[in-house]
Amino acid sequence: MINLSLLTPEIIVLITALIVLILDLLPWRGRKVLLATVGVLGTVGALLITMGQWDLREEAFYGMVAIDNFSVYFKALFLIICTLTILLSINYITRGGIDLGEYYSLVLLATFGYMFMASGTDLITIFLALEILSLAVYILAGFMRHSPKSNESAFKYFLLGAFSSAFLLYGIANIYGVVGNTNLKDIAQYLSQEAALKNPLFLAGMGLLLVGFGFKVAIVPFHMWTPDVYEGSPTTVTAFMAVGTKAASFAAFLRVFFYTLEPLKGQWVPVLWLLAAVTIIFGNTVAIYQKNIKRMLAYSAIAHAGYILVAMVAGNDLGSSSILYYLLVYSLMNLGAFGVVIIVEKKEEENLTISDYRGLAYKHPMLSAAMSLFLLSLAGIPPTGGFVGKFYIFSAAVSGGYVGLAIIGVLGSAIALYYYLRIIVYMYMYDPEKEFLDGPVPFFSAAALVITAIGTILLGITPARILELAHYSISYLGH
Amino acid sequence: MVPLHYYLLVSAMLFILGTLGVLTRRNALVVLMSIELMMNGVNLSFIAYSRYLGNMEGHVYTLLSISVAAAEVAIGLAILIALYRNKPTINIDDFNIMKF
Repeated sequence: MINLSLLTPEIIVLITALIVLILDLLPWRGRKVLLATVGVLGTVGALLITMGQWDLREEAFYGMVAIDNFSVYFKALFLIICTLTILLSINYITRGGIDLGEYYSLVLLATFGYMFMASGTDLITIFLALEILSLAVYILAGFMRHSPKSNESAFKYFLLGAFSSAFLLYGIANIYGVVGNTNLKDIAQYLSQEAALKNPLFLAGMGLLLVGFGFKVAIVPFHMWTPDVYEGSPTTVTAFMAVGTKAASFAAFLRVFFYTLEPLKGQWVPVLWLLAAVTIIFGNTVAIYQKNIKRMLAYSAIAHAGYILVAMVAGNDLGSSSILYYLLVYSLMNLGAFGVVIIVEKKEEENLTISDYRGLAYKHPMLSAAMSLFLLSLAGIPPTGGFVGKFYIFSAAVSGGYVGLAIIGVLGSAIALYYYLRIIVYMYMYDPEKEFLDGPVPFFSAAALVITAIGTILLGITPARILELAHYSISYLGH
Repeated sequence: MVPLHYYLLVSAMLFILGTLGVLTRRNALVVLMSIELMMNGVNLSFIAYSRYLGNMEGHVYTLLSISVAAAEVAIGLAILIALYRNKPTINIDDFNIMKF
C-alpha cells in the first residue's frame, strides 16, 4: 500500500519549503520575516500532525517507510530542531548578509531528509534520505559564499560526505547481493538462518555500512571533517547540523544496527566498543586545546557521539531508550549553547574565540546564565538534562556488563568539565573589555534560548516521563 | 554467461581505484571524478547482482544512484566555483585556512 496520507508531516514540510521559495519572489522589503514565519508555521503544523500519529504503527510505500513510535519520536525531535534553528537564524542571517529565501527553504528540505532517515525501513530509502539531507546541508555550509572559510568548509564537507556515501552505497550493494532485497525486514529474516551469520559478503557489507554511518555521526576515526566544517559554516548552520544531522544519522544507525543486524551483535559490538572509547578520549582531549569556540563545540560534539555509542554497545533496554533520551537532551543543550554563540558573534568572525567571552556576565547576565546552564548540561552536572542522560547511558553500560567502557565515559566527562568550565570562568571571573552586542538581544533568538533552557532544566528534574516515552517508542521496533 | 564474481571483481577494483584517487590526487576535479568512479563501481555491482538474482530492483537502485550522483556533482562543482572565486586554485592542499 502506498498510504500517502501517512506522510502528511513530510509533505507539509516539503510544500512549506517550496512556498518559501515562491514567497521570496515578492517585491516587498519585509518579506524575510514572512518567510521565517511561514517556515515556523509549517514545521509546527507538521509537528502537531506527527504527534497525532503516535501509536499508529503503519507502513507506507510497500514497507519502505514505517510510521512507528520510533519514527514519530525522531520526527518530532527534528521538527523542534528545525523550528529552533529558524528562530535563531532570523537575526543572524540578516547580520551576516545572507538573508536569502533559499536559506529557510534548504533548512526545511534538510529536515525533510531527516524525517525519512528516521522512518526509512529500506536501506535504499535511508540512502536517499541521507543524500537529500546532505545535499541541502552542503549548500547551507557554504552559504556565506563571500567568505573563504565558509567555501572551504562546504567543499571539505562535500568531498568527505560524497566519499562516505559511496561507502554506504557499496555496503547496501553487497547486502542486496546476498539477501536479494534491501528491506530491513527481509534482511532480518535472512539473518535468522544460522548459515547467514558467516557470509563474508554480508559482513563486508555491514562493515561498509558502519563506515558510512560513522562518517555521518562523526565518530573517530571518521571525524576529520567535523572541526573544519563546524568552524567554517555559518554558526546557525553549524548548530543545525551538529544537532540535526547527528540525530538523524543516529536514528538510521540505530534502526539498522540495533534491530536489523542484531543477530550479528557478536561482530559489531567489539568494533563499536573500541570506536566509542577512542571517540570519547580523542574528542574530549583535543577539545581542551581549542581556542575557537565553534571548534571546541565541534570536538565536544564528537565526544557526545562517543557517549551515544556507549549506549549502543550496552545493547539493553535501558541503553536503547537512553539513546533517544540523550539525543533529545543533546539537541536542546547544544542548540542553546550555539544559540548564545550566534547572538554574541559579530560580523567578520569577531567574538568567536573563547577569550572573547571575558566579562560577558557583567554586560549580559541573562545570556551568560543561559550559556552556563547549557555548558554545565553538556558537561553533565545535575540538575540538568545532560546529567540524567549521561547517568542513564552509563548505568545501561554497567548493567550490560561493560564496566570498562562506562569508566572511560566517566573519565571523559571529567576531562570535558575542564573546557566547559573554562568558558564560564572567562564569563564570570574577568572584567569586560568591550561591548558585545550592537543592540539588545534579538527577540526570536531570545525566545529560542528560553525554550531550550526550559527544556534542559525540565529534562533534568522530571526525566521519568520522557524516558518512559523513549522506552515506549523503541519497544515496538523490529516486531 | 560471464560468472558473477568477474563483475564483482571489476566493481571492487573500480571502487578501490576511486578510493585511492580520492586519497592521493590533489586536483579537486580529479578527486570529484574519483568519487564518481567509486559510485560507478557500486552501480556495476548492483547491476551484476540484479542480473544474477533475476530481479529488477538492482536496476532501479542504479538509476536512483546515478541521479543522486548527478545532483551531487552539480552541487560539488557549484561549491568549487564559489571557492575558486575567492581563491583561484583547485589544488586541495591549498584549502587550508582551517587547521588543527
